[in-house]
Amino acid sequence: MAVNVPRETKAKRSGLLIRLLKLVFSFFPVMAPVAVFLIVFNSIIRSIPSLFMQNIIQLIEESSNQDWSSVGGKILGMVGVLVILYILSLAADVVFYQLMAIITQNTLKKLRQKMFENMQRLPIKYFDTNDHGDIMSHYTNDIDALRQMISQSLPQILMSATCVLVLFFIMIYFSVPLTAVVVLGVVLMTVFIRKIGGGSSKYFVRQQRSLGRLEGFAEEIMNGQKVVKVFCHEEESIKDFDRLNGRLFNDSNRANKYANTLGPLLYNIGNILYVIIAIVGGIFLISGMPNLSLKGAAFSISIVVPFLNMTKQFTGNINQVSHQINAVIMGLAGTKRIFELMDQPHEVDDGYVRLVNSVEAADGSVTETSERTSSWAWKHPHSADGSVTYTPLKGDVRMFDVDFEYEEGKPVLKGISLYAKPGQKVAFVGATGAGKTTITNLINRFYDIADGKIRYDGININKIKKDDLRRSLGIVLQDTNLFTGTVMDNIRYGRLDATDEECMAAARLSGADDFIQRLPDGYSTMLLENGSNLSQGQRQLISIARVAVADPPVMILDEATSSIDTRTEAIVQRGMDALMVGRTVFVIAHRLSTVKNSDVIIVLDHGQIIERGSHQELIDARGQYYQLYTGAFELE
Amino acid sequence: MLKTLAKSIREYKKPALLTPVFVIIEVILDCIIPFIIAELVNVIKDGGDLNDILKSGAVLAVMAVLSLIFGICAAHTCSDAACGFAKNLRADMFARIQSFSFENIDRFTTSSLVTRLTTDVTYIQDAYMMIIRTAIRSPLMLIFAFIMAFIMGGSMAWIFVFVVPVLGGGLFLIIKKAMPRFRSVFKKYDRLNASIQENIKGIRVVKSFVREDYENKKFGAAASDIARDFTIAERIVSLDAPLMQFCLYAVMVLNLTVGSYMIVTTGGTRFDVGQLSAFLTYGFMMLNSLMMLSMIFVMITLADESCKRVCEVLREEPTLSSPESPLYEVKDGSVEFRGVSFKYSKKAKRNALEHIELKIRSGETIGIIGGTGSSKSSLVQLIPRLYDVTEGSVFVGGEDVRSYDLDTLRNSVAVVLQKNLLFSGTIKENLRWGNKEASDEELIAACKMACADEFIDSFPDGYDTHIEQGGANVSGGQKQRLCIARALLKKPKIIIFDDSTSAVDTKTDAKIRAALKRYIPETTKIIIAQRTASVEDADRIIVMENGRISAIGSHEQLLGSSEIYRGIYISQNKSSVDESLAENMVKEGAD
Repeated sequence: MAVNVPRETKAKRSGLLIRLLKLVFSFFPVMAPVAVFLIVFNSIIRSIPSLFMQNIIQLIEESSNQDWSSVGGKILGMVGVLVILYILSLAADVVFYQLMAIITQNTLKKLRQKMFENMQRLPIKYFDTNDHGDIMSHYTNDIDALRQMISQSLPQILMSATCVLVLFFIMIYFSVPLTAVVVLGVVLMTVFIRKIGGGSSKYFVRQQRSLGRLEGFAEEIMNGQKVVKVFCHEEESIKDFDRLNGRLFNDSNRANKYANTLGPLLYNIGNILYVIIAIVGGIFLISGMPNLSLKGAAFSISIVVPFLNMTKQFTGNINQVSHQINAVIMGLAGTKRIFELMDQPHEVDDGYVRLVNSVEAADGSVTETSERTSSWAWKHPHSADGSVTYTPLKGDVRMFDVDFEYEEGKPVLKGISLYAKPGQKVAFVGATGAGKTTITNLINRFYDIADGKIRYDGININKIKKDDLRRSLGIVLQDTNLFTGTVMDNIRYGRLDATDEECMAAARLSGADDFIQRLPDGYSTMLLENGSNLSQGQRQLISIARVAVADPPVMILDEATSSIDTRTEAIVQRGMDALMVGRTVFVIAHRLSTVKNSDVIIVLDHGQIIERGSHQELIDARGQYYQLYTGAFELE
Repeated sequence: MLKTLAKSIREYKKPALLTPVFVIIEVILDCIIPFIIAELVNVIKDGGDLNDILKSGAVLAVMAVLSLIFGICAAHTCSDAACGFAKNLRADMFARIQSFSFENIDRFTTSSLVTRLTTDVTYIQDAYMMIIRTAIRSPLMLIFAFIMAFIMGGSMAWIFVFVVPVLGGGLFLIIKKAMPRFRSVFKKYDRLNASIQENIKGIRVVKSFVREDYENKKFGAAASDIARDFTIAERIVSLDAPLMQFCLYAVMVLNLTVGSYMIVTTGGTRFDVGQLSAFLTYGFMMLNSLMMLSMIFVMITLADESCKRVCEVLREEPTLSSPESPLYEVKDGSVEFRGVSFKYSKKAKRNALEHIELKIRSGETIGIIGGTGSSKSSLVQLIPRLYDVTEGSVFVGGEDVRSYDLDTLRNSVAVVLQKNLLFSGTIKENLRWGNKEASDEELIAACKMACADEFIDSFPDGYDTHIEQGGANVSGGQKQRLCIARALLKKPKIIIFDDSTSAVDTKTDAKIRAALKRYIPETTKIIIAQRTASVEDADRIIVMENGRISAIGSHEQLLGSSEIYRGIYISQNKSSVDESLAENMVKEGAD
């Protein structure tokens, strides 16, 4: 998947970084500061050997007549201190890297969880309007980019920055003029980094885009590979692919050329800077120029040699930082997208009417109970007087003048009024796009109506808490979605506390039992990749069993049996009829045989109800339904 | 495996060979530089005059510039080589996929192919770049630095003989311990991502069953599990940086002690201050190249998996292809099955089709009906040779389908697939898949036949309306009608509809069939349908059950003779005898 790397202003980038760091520190209030401390501590220790080296060389210079005993003790003493510092540094190193492994992985875990949790609360509209592959890439590409940034780039940058700072002070301590030369060199390096690093990230972004395009194309073609074969369209698709492939090659080649050049360039600028320092140092030494330094020491070989090493270290660190630039840019782009998903506004739910288990007393009054009973009631608190009323759940759904549009100015439903009495079977018939599925989307509030009212057992559905509303509705969709797990797990998805027996009973009721028994492992057969090892019809049967086990008072069947052949459907139908006794059912089907025995058939056209009545009434009326029903004969 | 991949290097062989040459020169220069620096330091130390300093300085500067030039050359050639190799790999894979037969296609999922084409190739590209550049640079650097250290420091260089194996051995152990863990975590990671995908796709189910919290818990557990495993693996790998530091420190300390001892005791004759600092540089070079080597090793092992996956595609032989000297003309639209048995894969236990004997005359209209899994689609897919028969033969126009050129055959036998797709592009572009040269008039004529003309005209952009990927912005019925029009544009001798009007309303369905009858009477029409209404007017109807032909005959004949057919008909048309009577009345009323 392509990562979208938008152009960010500096302020926005640092804002993202600050937010990310805040989050990391809040996840690890102890570990994260300790890790930072260890980095700083370590980089200071790593800069110090230059000081020792300077001292040791000074001692060597001062020694005379090959007499080790005169300076040996002092040198060994200094080396001893160095060893202690090194041991400290190593200990810090070990601890730091272990901490970083824990911090990185757990930060990623928490971010993943936060994204996922937030995603569960997003309105259906988000999923309908965003490319699923794109949503997915938050969890793959963006998280991966972030991993590299947290575990490598940020610590490296912090370490190098501290090193550079400490070195800078040591250098000033030794010699200001030489430091000035180094700083000049570094300024030059920065110019190159900006120029080449900028070019490199520009093309890396382009490369990601080209890769995304190529991926999109390949996915589309390969999804329809059989169509390509049937139409002998192979040559053309190869031609199109080559075009995109060539573009990707250009971009990635340029990006890599820039990135590869940066290393040798900075390395050799470092070398040249080294030479310059040597020459300038040599000139100073020979000309006996007075040194300007915090130490106050005059120029000597014991200053120039360590200085040369520090120059190398200094430029080496800058080189290191430059290698992290791309990772940071990609990481921040990923961070931005991750935060965007985390910040997506939740599905709004102002509902306060709850669904509770109820007991009906002898006098007909309904009260709440915490036990699991087979009867349910709506608990309706009234804010005006603080009283609570209980309305038994019956499954009476009414719509009054409902208007709806997905996009502004494109009304999908206009003035829909209908009622479904408890226990009635209401069918929607009409051409694709007439608005059948939309009506069901409104009843369970996947989308909210623009105008009008929907009442459920007399309660405006906007007042009902969404979770409770949906719990009272069972839906079987045309596109079945099963989850990785056993057949049994998938049926139990309808009611998590259902026993195996209850799940099997539901499967029998929905006509799924027969084929499940014939699967290699029966109910324990693992379903993978949305049940790709089953036929579409078998998947539909399982999804019907899933809703049967949930046993909801209102059911919506949206083309639930469209892929089941008519003979099997007849079997399912019998089971469904058993299941539907006493339930309100909404059925959408294009097969008229499926809807014929409904109490009410509603014919929709372009978002409006044009006919309603029972099968017989509609046939008698000789209207649209009649036309649909007899269409095949009419032509003869 | 490498041989298979190497075939894709082709025109990028030159930069791939040049890169190591540049790299070798760069490494030699880089290794000499500290040597000259040591000279320079000594010149400075000994208070040599400015000329000497400038001389060594100039040599150094020239070498740095040379190293830079070769470095940049290597940077460019290795990028050319790696990106070019990746480009060819992608092109080869895609071309190979295009040559796949249906059987090949069935073996791979689209998403796995896409991953191979993108992520896997990127891994290989990076590893390849590493190999031709860094994998050559690092060992060379190690060796040269070692040689230089020996030339310069003599016995001092023995320090490295001890330290280098410590680092090498340590890194080896770390990698050996960590790699299997990483591999298993990556597998889990793939599964986690698959379950996220599942959740996104099935969000309507999640929400309608109010399972958000359940899903959160499930995901949380899986994510924690992975974080735990990842942390363990990463913690092992995290030991390598401290190990590297340890070796570096050891070199520093040993150098400083032994070095200063040698300088002092020999009065700087065998070893001097300049060499001491150069020596440290060599030490750093060696250790650093070892570190790089270990990183390369990890990258190569990771890329190894990608190589395997890419090779799987490149080595997949198309299971069917055109014969040596093929026929380029299909005489007529007759079809014959002779003793045909078929199974989807050699491993399958059961045949999908069993002993099929069938003759279809050119221009006949054939309906095929049967329950789910009765192999209706399998039967028709043998006609345009989308699969090859396991036994027996299929004849089209009097010739075995295996004797035709594949394009010729498939252009004469059009199939409207059950799982049909439109591609992103305008309606016109999509229709022209059927015939590149079709004129606008021909497009309109085909759409009229498929009853698509009407709704296309109702779109503001008409035939130039942009279709989104998979045809997401047209309804199911509209999509099917466009697919039919697309197939009609081929002007085929045989046209097969594999349940291709299931989302079209009955009236339009009948209209399309009537148009076919009227406008392309000579074309053989084979219609697979769920509804008996869609096949009632066919010349003959084939009833399929369990991979066999259970009955053949006209609607009326089958109503009498085939129990299955009658069963299907009744389930669709009459729920009870009473209703059937009522329905007959309705029928009469309509007539």
